Amino acid sequence: MSAARSLDPTRWLVLPMLQVLAATLLFGIPLRLWGLQLPEPIFAMPAVFAWAVIRPSVLAPMGILILGLFLDLFWGGSLGFWPLCLLIAYGILLAGRNMMAGQSRVMLWIWYGMVTAIAQLSGYLFVMLDNRAMPSLVSVGWQYLATLVLFPFAYRLIDLFEDADVRFR
Amino acid sequence: MSLRDSQFGELKVPLTWTAAVALVVAAVIAVALLMSDRRETFRAEAYGAARGAADSALAPVGNVLSTPGRWTGAGVEAIRGYFFAVSENRRLKAELRDMRQWRDVAYALKNENGRYRSLLGLKTDPPIPMVAARVVTDSRGPFADTRIANTGREAGVQVGNPVMSEYGLVGRVIGVTNGASRVLTLTDVASRTPVIIDRTNARAILTGDGGPNPRLDYLRGQEPVREGDRILSSGDGGIMPRGLPVGVAVKGLDGKWRVVLASDRGPIDFVRILLFQDFTQVINRKELDALPVPPPTPGEPTPLNAPASVAASAGSAAPAAAVAAGAAAGAPASTAAPRAATAPITAAPGVAPKAATPPAKPAAMKPATGPAKLVEPKAGAAPVKPAVQPAAKGDGHKTPAASTAATPKTAASTTLTAKATASKPTASKPIASKPTASKTAAPTTASAKTAGAKPATAATATHKPATGDVAPARPKPRPPASEEEPPH
Repeated sequence: MSAARSLDPTRWLVLPMLQVLAATLLFGIPLRLWGLQLPEPIFAMPAVFAWAVIRPSVLAPMGILILGLFLDLFWGGSLGFWPLCLLIAYGILLAGRNMMAGQSRVMLWIWYGMVTAIAQLSGYLFVMLDNRAMPSLVSVGWQYLATLVLFPFAYRLIDLFEDADVRFR
Repeated sequence: MSLRDSQFGELKVPLTWTAAVALVVAAVIAVALLMSDRRETFRAEAYGAARGAADSALAPVGNVLSTPGRWTGAGVEAIRGYFFAVSENRRLKAELRDMRQWRDVAYALKNENGRYRSLLGLKTDPPIPMVAARVVTDSRGPFADTRIANTGREAGVQVGNPVMSEYGLVGRVIGVTNGASRVLTLTDVASRTPVIIDRTNARAILTGDGGPNPRLDYLRGQEPVREGDRILSSGDGGIMPRGLPVGVAVKGLDGKWRVVLASDRGPIDFVRILLFQDFTQVINRKELDALPVPPPTPGEPTPLNAPASVAASAGSAAPAAAVAAGAAAGAPASTAAPRAATAPITAAPGVAPKAATPPAKPAAMKPATGPAKLVEPKAGAAPVKPAVQPAAKGDGHKTPAASTAATPKTAASTTLTAKATASKPTASKPIASKPTASKTAAPTTASAKTAGAKPATAATATHKPATGDVAPARPKPRPPASEEEPPH
């Protein structure tokens, strides 16, 4: 079997997706520690970032759609809201993939921060249009920071599978 | 033979482009879903089968996942209780001293309130049945703040029901399925709740924005709110009952008035879902709209007949009064007089606590049957008195079911009694025959008799069972449930 065919979708798509679902469920329990609630980061964001960097794929957008729908159903948002936000981020990453190739970890983190901000900005706009109300910027900021610190998980996924398919190095 | 082994196996496909096409397809699906979704509406069918199925599946998962957290919390609480028993005992003694004073005040106020109600024949809100539930998942992001509670349709929960924690209002139900309810919290960006400032009676709309402290919008008047003012639900719009504690007003950093939610004082693990139905929700509009328009009086201009139909379709809290007034204005005096005369009789069954009372149809609910049937007294019915005994037997101070229903600790036990007395205007019996009903019906004696002096008011009182006359609109001050009978 050649190197071009060694990337198993189960390993780089399905398993991370299940991990995202588990982490989201775990952080969705009503738990307070010393009067403080758990943060609510977007666990799907590292997976979305890594999938776009590793290689373009037909399955990845569908995986993102499923992840987003799960977030909507679990968090109780409008159906289609998170899929759209995540797909916008994925589209931007796919378009700028060539610019990210061979970049350092810090640069990738900056890219990650940028696309996360774009995803949340789109979410902000959609909520404004849907509810005719502006969400709290402070609350959006907290979620952004909580998501930003998840970049090491995205980098680990990239590190695992970046060289798996030589056609996309 | 697999595709890769076939002649198409070496086919070069521009993967970036195919990925882009897949992306567009996925985005179109997402946009279509987003455009068709309306999660905050009050229509039960708008919630959708997918959401209902997801909630049903997520509720047990969340329950299992949150169990270790609950056990840990209980363990920590036990250890804390052991080590801080002395200081807690001291604090509780001080609190008890304070509460005893409040209890005396509450007794006095309750007694006074009961007498006023008896004198005025006031029609207050009926007691509200409620069910207890445990919150199993919790989302607290900027774009969606909802919770799943593990009680659903099987317990009678409906879309729109208010949800309370032991400290205050949490939100309302936006989706119900078997075994689970989705609660939209007050902080959600789609949440709008009509509230009232306790000190000034000023109205406002509590608007969630995804943050911990929702805004007070549409405040009017000169200085309607001050720092520390108590915010309660206003009951406007009929979604929530009036007087549920919401929180305390504070000035936000952005210069807007915000509310520190009362429910934030502790973890929201157990909640009470109020199976509240406003009068405007339970009213039988068809029956009201079917009121016959009074015949035109000879020699009178026709527009004078209008009030009857207008009053009938208004659906206000006193349709019978409006009808009586309309009839008096537009119809001959002979039509208005019997209707007025029926009022004391229709109110009278509320006086008798016995189940032997014949079920008389309220006059306002069946106006087409004619007043003559209702005037006729039946055997076993309570004697009709001319309503000149205002505070008869002084029963006004008896604890109504609602005051116990409002007590957090008695939520589960109250459900049954409250359900028994829950008002359904379509029911033929004005008084439920259960023991609780007879107890709560006692205060009605005075109000019904008093109401007899004013025929229209008495007719209004027949819309709901007698228990409606004794339920307090506000649960404050709230004495302990175990001390229902005030000392005489």
